[in-house]
Amino acid sequence: MTDATQGAASGGPDESPARPGVQEAEELAIPRNPPRPALALHRELHRVWANDRGLWGQLTAVNHTTLGLRFMGTALVFFAIGGLLSMLIRAQLATHDGAFLDTELYNQIFTMHGSIMMFLFAIPMLEGLGIWLLPKMLGTRDMAFPRLTALGYWCYLFGGLIMLTALLFGVAPRDGWFMYTPLSDATHSPGINADVWLLGVTFVEISAMAAAVEITVTILRQRAPGMKLTEMPLFAWYMLGTSVMMLVGFPPLIAASVLLEVERAFDWPFFDVVRGGDPLLWQHLFWLFGHPEVYIIFLPAAGVLSTLIPALCRTPILGYNAIVAAVLALVFLSFGLWVHHMFTVGIPHMALAFFSAASVLVAVPTAVQVFAWIGTMWKGQPELKLPMYHILGFFLTFVMGGLTGVMLAIVPFNWQAHDTAFVTAHLHYVLIGGFVFPMMAAATWWMPLIFGKRRIKGLGEAAFWVILIGFHGTFFIMHLTGLMGMPRRIDVYPDNPEWVWLNLTSSIFGFVLTIGFAMFALDMILQATLGKRSARDPWGAPTLDWAMPVPSTSYNFASLPGPGMWARVAADVVLPLARGEGVLPGAPRGRREVLVTSVGGARPQHVALLPGNTALPLWLAASIGVFVLLMLAGAYALAGIALIPVAVLVWVWGRGLAPAGDLSPVEAAPGLRLPIHHHARPSLSQSGLFALLVADGALLASLVFGLAFLSVVTVGPVPAPAGGGGADTVTLLAVVVAAVALGVGAAGRAARRRSVAWAGVGLALNLLALALLAVVLGGLDDPTRHARDALRAVLAAYVVVHVLVAAAMSAFALDQFRRAEITAEVAGVLPAWRHWQGFTAVASALVAVAVIAQAGA
Amino acid sequence: MRGLPSLLMLPLMLAACDGPLSALSPRGPVAAEIAWLWWAMLAGAAVLTVLVLALLAMGFGAPRPARARVWIHGMGLWFSVAVLTAVLAAGLWVGERILPRDDGAVTVHAHAWQWGWTFTHTGPDGAEVRSDNLLHIPAGQPVDVLVTAEDVIHSFWVPQLAGKLDAIPGRTNRTRIVADSPGTYAGLCAEFCGLGHARMRFNVEAHAEWPPLLAADDADTADPDREVRP
Repeated sequence: MTDATQGAASGGPDESPARPGVQEAEELAIPRNPPRPALALHRELHRVWANDRGLWGQLTAVNHTTLGLRFMGTALVFFAIGGLLSMLIRAQLATHDGAFLDTELYNQIFTMHGSIMMFLFAIPMLEGLGIWLLPKMLGTRDMAFPRLTALGYWCYLFGGLIMLTALLFGVAPRDGWFMYTPLSDATHSPGINADVWLLGVTFVEISAMAAAVEITVTILRQRAPGMKLTEMPLFAWYMLGTSVMMLVGFPPLIAASVLLEVERAFDWPFFDVVRGGDPLLWQHLFWLFGHPEVYIIFLPAAGVLSTLIPALCRTPILGYNAIVAAVLALVFLSFGLWVHHMFTVGIPHMALAFFSAASVLVAVPTAVQVFAWIGTMWKGQPELKLPMYHILGFFLTFVMGGLTGVMLAIVPFNWQAHDTAFVTAHLHYVLIGGFVFPMMAAATWWMPLIFGKRRIKGLGEAAFWVILIGFHGTFFIMHLTGLMGMPRRIDVYPDNPEWVWLNLTSSIFGFVLTIGFAMFALDMILQATLGKRSARDPWGAPTLDWAMPVPSTSYNFASLPGPGMWARVAADVVLPLARGEGVLPGAPRGRREVLVTSVGGARPQHVALLPGNTALPLWLAASIGVFVLLMLAGAYALAGIALIPVAVLVWVWGRGLAPAGDLSPVEAAPGLRLPIHHHARPSLSQSGLFALLVADGALLASLVFGLAFLSVVTVGPVPAPAGGGGADTVTLLAVVVAAVALGVGAAGRAARRRSVAWAGVGLALNLLALALLAVVLGGLDDPTRHARDALRAVLAAYVVVHVLVAAAMSAFALDQFRRAEITAEVAGVLPAWRHWQGFTAVASALVAVAVIAQAGA
Repeated sequence: MRGLPSLLMLPLMLAACDGPLSALSPRGPVAAEIAWLWWAMLAGAAVLTVLVLALLAMGFGAPRPARARVWIHGMGLWFSVAVLTAVLAAGLWVGERILPRDDGAVTVHAHAWQWGWTFTHTGPDGAEVRSDNLLHIPAGQPVDVLVTAEDVIHSFWVPQLAGKLDAIPGRTNRTRIVADSPGTYAGLCAEFCGLGHARMRFNVEAHAEWPPLLAADDADTADPDREVRP
């Protein structure tokens, strides 16, 4: 294998002369299946994996290719809408006394511009890219949880539509995309505008959590056999980092949104200084999410660069291990520097110095990647094809944005530049440089795989130049605008004629930028419709995503690439895979089968049967949507009732996991007989549950952080001595914790002995805990009295919800026993219940300690 | 920051940087320290941008050996750590020099509300003098401003005199501003605070004499109904 043919992303650390694929083949040998006619295999697979026909088929689709593209397409529509809003902003600011928009509308527009670009464009775009690309790149046929993919999409779409509808009716959020309290509380922001943001964004974030869970599981458990974790394509490392950050980073935002919505709806004073709350608690929780968010957006884009640059330079990437280390460092560091968004809130200089240092430090792993990419270009022979234009656009823009980022991390300078146009310029350099340019490179790179068409020459390059000129014309000068004192989020500046030429320049180039994006979109549309047929793997790319026909099929691979098949040039393995020589060929049993492998070495473990097309995700998302709309309408009692259909549909969802049909082992390759997932542990669902519990733990940690913050940092009125500290409550809480903990034992015995009696005991214990919790809740102080009382009540509610779910899981287990679905071989819901019960026991013990300590304090 | 072009633009930019709200035309030592820091960082950033883009351009030549030790450890790790350490040290040094400290500086009070400012200083007779949207300070000496908020979060900013500091309900923040010479300086609210945000401006009047003897119509222009709680 020459340098040029060894995979860019598939290559291991370039320092080692060994070829990882070959090594692996020696360790893990899987004989090939006999070749079969490719067309027959295609028909067999397509029948099983294709979407249903017609419009209904679009509603029931769960396929990752369909949904990944739909995520990205929808995100592009929102990008266009967000872009149009920014044009309105630029039109208003073009002169010093713009009368184009009134202030109320202007505030709604800039709030929606930021919110749309963050939550409805960037995040769904990267989710869509991961969902569409990862199974192809890792050598599998779909994501781990196809119904969850669809649920995520519908939640995203409905949440986004709610926010857009609010804009059409003039009741869109208007308090900035950061929603600082008290400006966003019920007193200073009456009406439903703020609720639209809090409920809409939280609704959309269901899709982020869903995507994070399944991306994590898919990367860890569905890689092609033999594709070790330490040798997988770099894009997968980046997406793994991203999804872990999403699991830990989004819960603080969700926690904050729920708290603020509860404050607005029920007057629980989490952020009200008069009653012991603190507006800074919102800022901490928001930026605990908000800063990792920047890297959540950047990492997938960097993953694209680490895939495209070596492929376009015909050489393996320089420093695979160093880049993996840089990704992990970014994931870790990005949670330690959120305070740099709060340098002006009045924090002691020592603490500022710490967060300043952390913010500066995060530039190091970024620099490592930038120099690894440039080194790769030195090592190889870069080809100036269209994706490379956008990569160069990335370098120019992102390097400058990164450097202004370092400037902003320096505290004294931040005090001047914070909340000025300088920051607006910086963040657009980072986000357009670090996300949009790489995404445009990705789009031009993968278009042939999406539509099977070649591009029309010329227009793409023209679009690139117009975008580049428009972008730098708009935002370069905006640094100066900010340093000359122009704050963000103002609509007029009648007393500052010195800003007019700056703003007018930005506005004019802003329209150039928009024209550039329109040209880019036109280029995509022309390629999709008028382009000539593309050859397979038109780039000579090394990664598995090109080892399939163009456009890609519904099932990706007729047979899954075995050891030694994934580490080659994609074009070499297309035919063997299409002829079924790889693992798990075809769909002879008429069901959707994927291979599940071990986390580290990707050894084949079992075959997972994935669910087929279903409208259930649509119904579930719609029923959650009804709940959100009722909350928006202020019909809180009805909203509570609307949770019943949600719970019923979740139960139905769980029923869909029950074993059915032929459960006998599957011969994936000659001599390789694998059990199906009902007979194997740990299953994908179990891995998914662990990922979910990580997020759940982050949610609990956010709430406990809130309580600690209010108790230690906030200087507010001291709460009246808390009730609930009495001996009665302490005893009750102790009994609750004991009941839930005993429930862990019951679930464990039920799982080990397949014992229906122990499942019954578990249910009884959970119901007992619920009854006692009702008494505890009744004994807690009025949550509207003081912020700490309110947070204690929220923590108690957190436990109630978890015990409720535990009770439902034990009931579900009893139902499975009744249906005789649980057998000696099939554990059904029991393992999941045991893990959930265990988590609930730990969480309730923590909450009990927190509540009692508060009462004692 | 765009390397060479920005260096060529420098004279033009310097000329264009003036303005009543410009952080680049400082009128006191605090703002001057920060402006100095900015110009130094800009120069460094311009050099780095040119360097990276030059390396990138050179990548388009014939393939040549590239060693991870040079690119990853040398450039990525040690070079960036060295540069960042220098920048961080400069920032901390400037930060320490411009902090408010217990040196008996004159203290005034700025209270922000939707949408305006009520300022308080101690008059010649020892009584508190309040004024709306006009802050009186002595020239040529450090002044500590206690910043508070009535309703939502605002931010106190006089770009020619110092950086900004947020006014947060329930908290009293202290910042230091210094004006070299007597005169009027423009200030504004820098944190988005609702409908009146764009017009939430104020002026700072630096006096040679302190406390100033204000004409009757200059003193106590504050709305007497507004309760101001330092």
